Amino acid sequence: MFLVKSLTKHFDGIIAVQDVTFTINQGEILAIIGPNGAGKSTVFNLMTGTITPTSGMVFMEKVRISGLPPNKVAVKGIARTFQTTSLFDQLRVIDNLLIGYKYRTRIGFWNTLLHTPAWKRYQTEAFMRAMEMLEFLGLADKAEYFIPALSQEEQKRLAIGIAMVSKPRILLLDEPTGGLIQEETDRITRLIERIRDQGTTVCIIEHKMQMIMGLADRIVVLNYGKKIAEGTPDEIKSNQAVIEAYLGGEVHV
Amino acid sequence: MFTKPFHYNLLYLLLLVAALLLPFYVPDAYIFQIVIMSFLFAIATSSMNLIIGFAGQASLAHGAFFGIGAYGVAIMTKAGLSFWLALPLAALISAGIGAVIGIPSLRTRGHYFAIVTLCFGVILWIVAGNWIQLTGGHNGIFGIPLPSSIPIPFLGEIDFYSQTAQYYLALTFLLLTLFVLHRLIYSMFGLTFMAMRNNEPLADAVGIDPFTTKLMAFVIANFIAGMAGGIYASIIGAVSPSAASHLMTFNFLIYVILGGIATLSGSVIGAFAIPIIMELLQFLGDYRMLIFGALLVVVIIYFPQGFVGGLRQLNQKVVAWRQPKQTEGANVSR
Amino acid sequence: MELLLQQIFNGIMFGSTYAIVALGLTLVMGILSIPNFAHGHLYMLGGYITFFFISATGLGFWLSMLLSVITLGLIGVLMERMVYRPLTDQPHINAFIAAIGALLFLEALALVVWGPQGLRIPNPYPQNIQFLGITMGLQRLLVIGGAAVLILCLHLFMKKTLMGTTIEAVAQNREGAMLNGINVNRVSAITFGISSATAAIAASFLSPIFMLSPSMGAILGMKAFIIVILGGMGSIPGAILGGYILGLIEALGGGYVSAAYKDVFAFGALIVILSFKPTGIFGKKEA
Repeated sequence: MFLVKSLTKHFDGIIAVQDVTFTINQGEILAIIGPNGAGKSTVFNLMTGTITPTSGMVFMEKVRISGLPPNKVAVKGIARTFQTTSLFDQLRVIDNLLIGYKYRTRIGFWNTLLHTPAWKRYQTEAFMRAMEMLEFLGLADKAEYFIPALSQEEQKRLAIGIAMVSKPRILLLDEPTGGLIQEETDRITRLIERIRDQGTTVCIIEHKMQMIMGLADRIVVLNYGKKIAEGTPDEIKSNQAVIEAYLGGEVHV
Repeated sequence: MFTKPFHYNLLYLLLLVAALLLPFYVPDAYIFQIVIMSFLFAIATSSMNLIIGFAGQASLAHGAFFGIGAYGVAIMTKAGLSFWLALPLAALISAGIGAVIGIPSLRTRGHYFAIVTLCFGVILWIVAGNWIQLTGGHNGIFGIPLPSSIPIPFLGEIDFYSQTAQYYLALTFLLLTLFVLHRLIYSMFGLTFMAMRNNEPLADAVGIDPFTTKLMAFVIANFIAGMAGGIYASIIGAVSPSAASHLMTFNFLIYVILGGIATLSGSVIGAFAIPIIMELLQFLGDYRMLIFGALLVVVIIYFPQGFVGGLRQLNQKVVAWRQPKQTEGANVSR
Repeated sequence: MELLLQQIFNGIMFGSTYAIVALGLTLVMGILSIPNFAHGHLYMLGGYITFFFISATGLGFWLSMLLSVITLGLIGVLMERMVYRPLTDQPHINAFIAAIGALLFLEALALVVWGPQGLRIPNPYPQNIQFLGITMGLQRLLVIGGAAVLILCLHLFMKKTLMGTTIEAVAQNREGAMLNGINVNRVSAITFGISSATAAIAASFLSPIFMLSPSMGAILGMKAFIIVILGGMGSIPGAILGGYILGLIEALGGGYVSAAYKDVFAFGALIVILSFKPTGIFGKKEA
């Protein structure tokens, strides 16, 4: 469904990502793991158009998306979250979700100015969808809250909600549980499972090995910008290259 | 979903009635003129608030677009065109030039956009002062006709010779502007502008094209600024480069900030109250700008939300004081 | 040929002024990333204060200039402390607005104290020199020479003194400098002081040639901004080179194309260049 082919990125002569190839299959949860500085977030940014690759390509259903700006990638049904929780923190919870849904509507200048029937329809549709999403996130009673009044976990949920509200085909999550305690991590994990069960394909970057081993269907391991292994959690656990890479860095495995 | 509490609607209704009745108790023609000008400045200020306050792009060429509208109407009506045709044309020209400036400069961010727009303002001011054949140079253009009368079948016509008629003309356009801006801002369309101000990378990631969105806000704001300038030229009857200068921009900016950034009512309050305060402080002479300069610095440091923002904070404090439990709950969950 | 030489001479003189003013501005923008729109107005104030010391105390040109430079340095420190520091962590637009407040204040101050009419500092060196067939006022030569000496001194200061290298360190990495125990606030204040003082030097050199007026800072300040943007924020060579180039473009454009539209060249150039290269000619890529 989603194909990353020979992706390479140089920053001022430093090779951040080198010749990385993998696919994401419909309906699965694919995890990308690796020590700090392995190039995981860079791969995400390349997949979503935030930065353009030095060489290599990214395809969604055989349509090339590398080279497109992020907003053009998003409308192809590819949603993402950011490593540091990224929200519209001057606006209310509901507004955050409405912005997330905006591109699915045709609410433009004239529609809004004239309050056309189409405008009303889209506005209602967006609102219903946003409320549905709040329900799904467990934030239904906080629609009118401003972001600073939410807890850290609620903010992380909302960040996922902004990505999910437009019903994307694939969801890319960049460390969705960073900075959370175990209990909160478990709740986010269950949320991700529910997203997968609804039929959305998920690609996730994480540090927390225990969580990933339980959650992911397949895992891609990066080290120094290269793919060193790919397989099911069980295969990865016993992979010699992975163990070596991690023994040098973190010892979560 | 975007409705306001009832007591606000009542307040606005009272204000509207007061505005409609104002010509009957305004003390003299001089003050009346200031009020009419305030309304026109309020139109320009509200639109500046759209691009600066709501969309978060520091456009410092707003005076220039006001000036383009003013010169546009002046030149076209003096050439014999009807005001009612010249006004939308002038506003369109203003919006069009805005697009020409916006397309290259909105790709830049922060400082750069502010400086490019400021430079454009200065260029326009210099051109207005030197292109004598078109603009009359530093003396400007005199004898601009008033808006032509509107014929009403069987009842005669509405003319704009009296100050009262000019007042209602300005009020109508102000209400129209506020109506349009209110519709645009308090909808998902307006939310995309605020998304630009708040978190552009995230907006980009959820499928909103930042460049198009910002350009749209800029063009709409400049259209309205040009319209305000056009009415200004016609009512005053003269236009000079000072109407297009960066000082005009700074004035609008002061109204936006002191009134309350990113609030519709703030722009109107700022544009209405400050010229009147300026007049009241006339006896201070040159000391006025000394005070306003210092005031601007103090406000932006201590009350960056301006008058309306300050009121809101006060209101929130009162609400919090009345319902202590609810806010505590919000704090605990953090 | 003589006209050309004369224009080039004038261009270098204006360029010297631009270079100094832009140099001061680029220091402040590099260090604090603060858009000090009021920089041109500090220049204006510097000219007036030199005038004040000459006319009120009867001190000579050089002594008055020294006092003016010290005064402006203190005003700069004060401005950093009172206007910009409280806004460090707020959105950029707030600092813009504060800067506009500051410039309105300074312009009104000059208007109130010295009035709107143009004033002139008596020219300490009214003699002319004939060279290669062109006439060069001694004071104009002093502007050029003084600027060169000042630029050299600033260069030595930045490279050879501890304070200079500290300023550079803060400009490059504010957090890092803070972690290394550098008092960033103090460095900011000193940089602002130096920046304002250099503006006073430029104004003092030029004011015997051109009239002082309260509004003279506005256009100059904006030109300095253009130079800094095009030369790259915080780049000292960019500011110097940009200053001289702008001076020459204006003198030649004003002499050969149109004197009335002289100022348009600079502003137009900025818009055109930024359209193609949004981070300036020598600018670093934004992080």
